[in-house]
Amino acid sequence: MRNRTTTPYVLVLPAWIWLALFFVVPIAGMLSLSLTTGDVITGFQQTFEVGNYVTAVSTYWEQILRSLFYGACATLVCIAVGYPMAYWIAFRAGPHKSTYLLLILLPFFVSFVLRTISWRFLLADNGVLLGTLKSIGLAPADLQVLNSTPAVVLGLAYNFLPFMVLPIYAVLERMDPRMVEAAHDLYAGRIQAFVRVILPVSLPGVFAGVLMTFIPTSADYVNASVLGGTHNTMIGNVIQSQYLVNNNYPIAASITFVLMGLLLVGIFGYARALGTERVMEVHT
Amino acid sequence: MKHPSRAHLDPALLRGLTRRRTLQAGGAAAAALALSACGVGGQQRDPQADEDFWAGKEETGSLRWANWPLYMDPDRTQLTQFKESTGIDVDYHEDVQEAASFFGQIQPKLANGDDIGYDLMTLPNGFEFAKLVELGYVVPLDHARMPNFADYAGDLYKNSAYDPGNRYSVPYASGVTGIAYNPEFVDREITSLADLWDTAFEGKVGMFADPQEIANFGLLLNGVNPAESTKEDWEAAAERLREQRESGVVRAYYDQDFIQPLTNGDLWLTMAWSGDIYQQNMEEGTDLRFVIPEEGGTIWTDNLLIPFTSKAPIDALKLMDFLYEPEIATGLTEYISYIPPVPHAQEVMNEWADAEGDSERGEALADMAKSPLVFPGEGDYQKLHYYVALEPGEQDEFSSIFQAITQS
Amino acid sequence: MSAHLGTEAASGRGRTAPAAPARTVRPRRRIDWGRYYTWLVLAWLFTPILFMVAFSFNDPAGKHNITWQGFTFRWYANAFAHPTLNEAMFNSVSIALLSMVIAGVLGSLLGLALGRFSFRGKQLTNLVMFSAISAPEVVLGAALLSTFLMMNVTTGYWTTVIAHVMFCVSFVAITVRARVITLDPALEEAARDLGAGPFTTFRLVTLPMLFPAIMAGGLLAFALSIDDYIITTFVSGDVTTFPLWVWGSTRVGIPPQVNVMGTLLFGVGVLMAVVNVVMARRRS
Repeated sequence: MRNRTTTPYVLVLPAWIWLALFFVVPIAGMLSLSLTTGDVITGFQQTFEVGNYVTAVSTYWEQILRSLFYGACATLVCIAVGYPMAYWIAFRAGPHKSTYLLLILLPFFVSFVLRTISWRFLLADNGVLLGTLKSIGLAPADLQVLNSTPAVVLGLAYNFLPFMVLPIYAVLERMDPRMVEAAHDLYAGRIQAFVRVILPVSLPGVFAGVLMTFIPTSADYVNASVLGGTHNTMIGNVIQSQYLVNNNYPIAASITFVLMGLLLVGIFGYARALGTERVMEVHT
Repeated sequence: MKHPSRAHLDPALLRGLTRRRTLQAGGAAAAALALSACGVGGQQRDPQADEDFWAGKEETGSLRWANWPLYMDPDRTQLTQFKESTGIDVDYHEDVQEAASFFGQIQPKLANGDDIGYDLMTLPNGFEFAKLVELGYVVPLDHARMPNFADYAGDLYKNSAYDPGNRYSVPYASGVTGIAYNPEFVDREITSLADLWDTAFEGKVGMFADPQEIANFGLLLNGVNPAESTKEDWEAAAERLREQRESGVVRAYYDQDFIQPLTNGDLWLTMAWSGDIYQQNMEEGTDLRFVIPEEGGTIWTDNLLIPFTSKAPIDALKLMDFLYEPEIATGLTEYISYIPPVPHAQEVMNEWADAEGDSERGEALADMAKSPLVFPGEGDYQKLHYYVALEPGEQDEFSSIFQAITQS
Repeated sequence: MSAHLGTEAASGRGRTAPAAPARTVRPRRRIDWGRYYTWLVLAWLFTPILFMVAFSFNDPAGKHNITWQGFTFRWYANAFAHPTLNEAMFNSVSIALLSMVIAGVLGSLLGLALGRFSFRGKQLTNLVMFSAISAPEVVLGAALLSTFLMMNVTTGYWTTVIAHVMFCVSFVAITVRARVITLDPALEEAARDLGAGPFTTFRLVTLPMLFPAIMAGGLLAFALSIDDYIITTFVSGDVTTFPLWVWGSTRVGIPPQVNVMGTLLFGVGVLMAVVNVVMARRRS
């Protein structure tokens, strides 16, 4: 394209406008709304009331911490379950790699809500899974899984597992097999080869996977409301009910902003700790 | 297939996250903030606007009604009868799943004065009802056009505390919040609210998430009449509910979906609505029990309201009044199994039962006519209490006291 | 793609070879635990889906479709018995199609610009895209709702489309950009040398080469949109989509028609995946 000066701007302009109007401005709008006071009847006035943040954090700090904790647990479960799977598909699945990848993606063709609700029926105290285990004596008769912390964490891990498997797989699959061979030649031990060669190479995949599972899991509320019990409310549930049930917009917006801030700080800190920022600077 | 291409998200994208870029973005955001620093306008309508709302209004021959699911038989018998009697078509929508979310759907449109798609709606006497009235979004009814209501509505359903003089609403049906239990798992008779606190049922008790509903049970356990409760009472009730939660008795706080866990044994006993239990037993042959606790239960009412944007208010008014004809109210009650606001329906139902004789329907009708859940007697009504009466200004405080229990 | 896989399979065989001499003592055929493990995880991923499919053939007595009571096809014959469910499905599909087209066009242009040109604001664009992708859904939904409230916009069908396009654009852009980067510029140069103007070059050379990526991006947008629950609850006003309808019907019992529609959607997904694999095989 000859006209180098204007062409890119013409190309990006529509998307810029869309993202500016419906992403950047709304974030600013939410900040503005979080600094108002009032109620639905009389309206919300821009009073720059910073106290909303104090109220939000002092009332809901427990739910905030719990959400980050559940997100972290679900992410760890995803790594523990997903890494061996990605490893096996990348190195051992041979010609069927793409079939396995497809199988991992297929559940996404069923609605997220529907899959989560299905777990509620599957995990019932006398349901298909627990009922069977109990009747053959593999589980205590009073075992309850539904409406508990493990149910929520497993539900989150279930829904976001593919986001962990895919990036790890992508990195391992790109790996030069000769590196592994060389490692085997030099160290001979499988474990050492893994720790010294494969693991470091796969870390960027894990990094991407953590980003892609931790953020959505810690901000989710569907799993907590479908599978949770009395002490499983996550911050997403609070945001949802403050916006849509209580119409308490200033508090709702403040909590959302706090959540966003925490996750942003988390991403930065995480990137810094892993040294990825250095890698990024190279490109700039 | 959700976000799989995040897999392609190369970490190089992160390079944008340098301080300089963030500052730029921050600058843009600040500019946007300056533009949008305006708050949200008050949503209240001028109540004067409805002074002569009914002047010049005419029948249009059709109306749109938003009702709850399972709140009329699938053949819509009463609507057919209405059409035969008045010639008015009713476009019936089972669109109210939850009062709060329904309010959330219609509120923005009402604030703009836009048509909400319904000329008549059914809502319980909760927060949303109070907000609609306070905001001026529902019109005062023209009682001169509602002779049946005047003649047949029971005294208890006229002139309620939440709508004095039935200025904005007439009841559609009422129900009782009490305790339901599954005798397959509970081997004793449940009679009292204290049973919901009994640690013998650890992890098997269901409570409602709705602040008003759960507050009532805490208040009644403390021997306080919800309708006359004060802020101190609320806090004492919340304390009892907190104890209950911490003892591990409560499995979860349910919005609407308590029937299915109660049937399959995830819950052994739970707060419940009378008609839902009645319907479940009728349809699926389950043997769930429903009791009004010794300490008392609560009675709530779903009401018919006309939004000010209604395009067929006269038709809506006619339907409201039509539903108060005893025969019609009886037919409706036969299916929905909730308390009709027309006490006379009990008599009609007995007549129908006699006419049907020993048939299955005849027996069902006779049973229902006797049921204290559908036609509460004098003694039952004494055990039934109304919701906590709240000024709109108190709602936030009240909600947050009880949401601290249910959203922990 | 298959050719690519073929070489990997070959190298895979080569990779295990050097390790073999070290283990001559051991029996040749070791149990491939990784395979069993992978299938176990896949079983986990598919359990709720099997449940959903099976119960689309169940014949429940009452409203609650949770215990197996007999086989029937009648829900398939009566798949459209719930007018509001049909309407919700129609909304979901039409919103997803609109999002696919709008986000497809905007995202492709953006991806083309990002992959091909360097221009002022490119870094900022990357930052905004990255934020839009990594921001949790609850934050996006809350921010949009805040702004719609402050701007006095009535939420409904079009605000849902706006929101869906907003979160899909970046995904399409990334997919297309990845393809643009790998394009051989020599082809376009050749076209220009042969006298084609920039527009003709784009139409006849660049666009056909980008087409698979644009399609992939568009389909991704479709899939993201049709499945979205969290953002939609915030911005949909009185419009109900399929996931919202499913959620709302939990009170009265989810009718088997939901399972039927879920199964059909899943079937379409499987079909698309199979076609994709077969096409890829054939192309090689």
